[in-house]
Amino acid sequence: MSALIALSGAQKYFGAYHALRDIDLEIGEGEFFSLLGPSGCGKTTLLRAIAGFEALDGGSVHIDGHDMAGVPANRRPTNMVFQSYAIFPHLSVAENVAFGLRKRGLDAKTQAEKVGGALEMVGLGGYGARAAHALSGGQRQRVALARALVLEPKVLLLDEPLSALDRKMREQMQGELRRLQRHVGITFILVTHDQEEALIMSDRIAVMFDGGITQIDSPEGLYRRPASREVGAFIGQMNFLSGQVRSGSEGFVAQIHGLGHAPLAADQSAEPLVAGQATFGMRPESLSLVFDGQARAASEAAGRVADRAYYGDMTYYEVALDGVAEPVTLSMKNMVGQPVLSVGDAARVAWDPRALIVFSGAGDA
Amino acid sequence: MKDSARGLALVSPTALYALAMLVAPMAAIVLFSFWTQDYLTLDTTLTFDNYREAVTDPIYGQLMVRSLYISGIVTAVTVVLAFPIAYYISFHVAPERKALWIFLVTIPFWTSYLIRVFLWKVILGFNGVLNTSLLGLGIIDAPLTFILYNLNAVVITLAHAFAPFAILPIFVVLERIDRSLLEAAQDLGETALTTFWRVTLPLAMPGVIAAVLIVFIPTVGDYITPRLVGGPGGLMIANMIQTQFLRLNNAPMGATLAVLAMVCVTVIALVFLWLNRRFLRGRN
Amino acid sequence: MAGVRGQGHGLRVYAVLYLVFLYAPIVLLPIFAFNDSTIIAFPLSGFTTQWFVELADVPALHSAVLTSLKIAVITALISTLLGICAARAATRYRFPAKAGIMGVIMVPLVLPEIIVAVSLLVVFLQIGLELSSLTVILGHVLICTPFCIAILNGSFQSLDVSLEEAAVDLGESGWGAFRLVILPLVMPGIVASLLIAFTISMDEFIIAFFLSGSDPTLPVYLWGQLRFPQRLPVVMALGTILVVASILIIILAEWFRRRGVAKRGGSDSGGFL
Repeated sequence: MSALIALSGAQKYFGAYHALRDIDLEIGEGEFFSLLGPSGCGKTTLLRAIAGFEALDGGSVHIDGHDMAGVPANRRPTNMVFQSYAIFPHLSVAENVAFGLRKRGLDAKTQAEKVGGALEMVGLGGYGARAAHALSGGQRQRVALARALVLEPKVLLLDEPLSALDRKMREQMQGELRRLQRHVGITFILVTHDQEEALIMSDRIAVMFDGGITQIDSPEGLYRRPASREVGAFIGQMNFLSGQVRSGSEGFVAQIHGLGHAPLAADQSAEPLVAGQATFGMRPESLSLVFDGQARAASEAAGRVADRAYYGDMTYYEVALDGVAEPVTLSMKNMVGQPVLSVGDAARVAWDPRALIVFSGAGDA
Repeated sequence: MKDSARGLALVSPTALYALAMLVAPMAAIVLFSFWTQDYLTLDTTLTFDNYREAVTDPIYGQLMVRSLYISGIVTAVTVVLAFPIAYYISFHVAPERKALWIFLVTIPFWTSYLIRVFLWKVILGFNGVLNTSLLGLGIIDAPLTFILYNLNAVVITLAHAFAPFAILPIFVVLERIDRSLLEAAQDLGETALTTFWRVTLPLAMPGVIAAVLIVFIPTVGDYITPRLVGGPGGLMIANMIQTQFLRLNNAPMGATLAVLAMVCVTVIALVFLWLNRRFLRGRN
Repeated sequence: MAGVRGQGHGLRVYAVLYLVFLYAPIVLLPIFAFNDSTIIAFPLSGFTTQWFVELADVPALHSAVLTSLKIAVITALISTLLGICAARAATRYRFPAKAGIMGVIMVPLVLPEIIVAVSLLVVFLQIGLELSSLTVILGHVLICTPFCIAILNGSFQSLDVSLEEAAVDLGESGWGAFRLVILPLVMPGIVASLLIAFTISMDEFIIAFFLSGSDPTLPVYLWGQLRFPQRLPVVMALGTILVVASILIIILAEWFRRRGVAKRGGSDSGGFL
């Protein structure tokens, strides 16, 4: 995969504030790539540096093999969907979409066809004559997409495009954006703070904290093998349990307070395993309740239900394991015929040793 | 830092204009106030003579005190009269009609100040509209004389002229008050009146303070109103400044009075702001 | 609720009385302008248009009107241009000493006009600049610019920065973005600013009084007429025309301002300043 976009050693300062710390990043052609992180992590700055709205203080951006240093935003093969959509309020929908075509020297007929096609593509066929300021949030976003895609950029940059929409509309647009990207086949780079959105839509995700990239991986890779506690906690839910890694005759073994022990494989840690104090990460769905009458699981621990949240399809339990102060969270599908435990009930907890992630250092969990 | 250079470049024509036409002339006035006029020639030796004269000759002090006094009363009257209007427009006028009300309130301001002041003279005069009407209706037996060529006339006229200056800042601040704060106060047991006293008014204070300054500062230097409706007892410092410059040909003395007026206004404004710092804290 | 409504009712009566107070002078103006008597008092004696007719044959008045128009047009253009620079800089950029610089530019809004007038007079006389329409324009631009900035700030402030970035992202140059996006959106504000500055300059007296030299503006001419009681009905007629013209221009300016707000799809919640 040849990189369409390559950043190396990218640095950006706003006064004394270090907004981008030595970013190395390669994004391939046709990829749906997300920059995910909490607000203020530098993801929007990174996007704007690719678009040409922020000049880097160090490092380089290459697009399609060309160094972008000194190339202004209006001459880069990128187009952007702004967080506020930036729909020109004094122009009609069609005029908005045609805005960037002005300098292409197209005849009126070709231009109208292109505009019509772009609007058709985003599901706004027939809306061309509408006044832009009379559109709903979802429609504005579609206009912004059509306006950018009609220019056939090599890369489409999307800055939190769904954050202004209500939940229902957001879920609908997530699917549509994904389909649209497959349809046009160009690289999309999405900035978002919503981990669920990033997981649903992306081919790969870069997780950013504090101006730096912590991990780049596929959604599944990020969820299953977070490289740090920070990433594990940011994406989905994760229990952090303390214990030790011991080295035995058959390899390394995890000894976890409240849960017991289990063998470890090398791929359960981002760094080479060493014996010593460690923090273990475990997703709620990797722990489960064992009900009365069910056989004892291979790895099982005892505890008591400390709290419970019923979601209809799922129930999330907080279980205080015997001898451990901090309760663990586990999730159960609510199957017909299975009881829902109440607070205070005794609980048997089965856990899947293969789902353990080892983070070096004792931590404070 | 490219951005700040662009900003500076863009603002520079306006800033340089203000520098040349406002800051430099102000500096010149201050310099002038230390010179003296010797009949037709200017004596450019620096001296405190003008200031000494301004302080010792009771006429100047009297005019200055009267100007500040009149402005103070005008400010109080204007702001007190304006507050209910701003409150009414903000709280009791339907949102789509607010702009119209504000527009109605500001229209008179955009018409010739000179003509408006002159019309107050017509209204308030001995044979004026008010007196002839009241006499005609039999409400009074003799023309009212306390309403023209004195302080009252100046106060009425200036309160009229500066009304929008007082209404607008108060209105703007009232508009920004989150209405749920008032509901919260009532929910916590306040009555409509105590809610106004404990929530609305404190939150509106920055607007009131702005209104006070915006009315007080320019009225101290008003020239037309005292000249047209003030009579001998209603003249203010601006009239004396004009006299010094254009009649007595004593520009340095006029400059001195102008400087003193500015200093007085600035000091009073600062003291006022200092006294009200509680209401301004936490804003900007 | 009854309490609130009752309070609203009382306030409404007060508001109407206040409007009567505000409008009393300018409502009386046309009444006396058409009154067939040289004495400005009730009762009215009859309808006449003779005072307006008399306006037609006063050459001094005509030249004053021309002088004022010339000054007002030039003032409006220059102060709006200066206003655009400052408003754009203030809303779009950060720069050192911004608050201080903008503060100085806006000071004439509250400074007594007599101070502006005498300080300019002193400077002009010292540097030997002869008093004329030019000196009045210099003074008027100074006091009109803050009003222009106040109006234009509103126009520029409501512009989303990303609109401009979007234009650049779609291939326009910086100037193209300004011409195709910013300018159309702030145009109503610019027109409003021109009209307001024109009105202020047209009505301004003190600065013109000090700085107009031998070219009196209309308000200065009017001031001179106030001394002659027999001229008062004519003054009333002239005043009527001036006030009606001002109101028409202001309504036009407000219309433009609102059109600008509507154009951006915003909601309206106030007027000028």
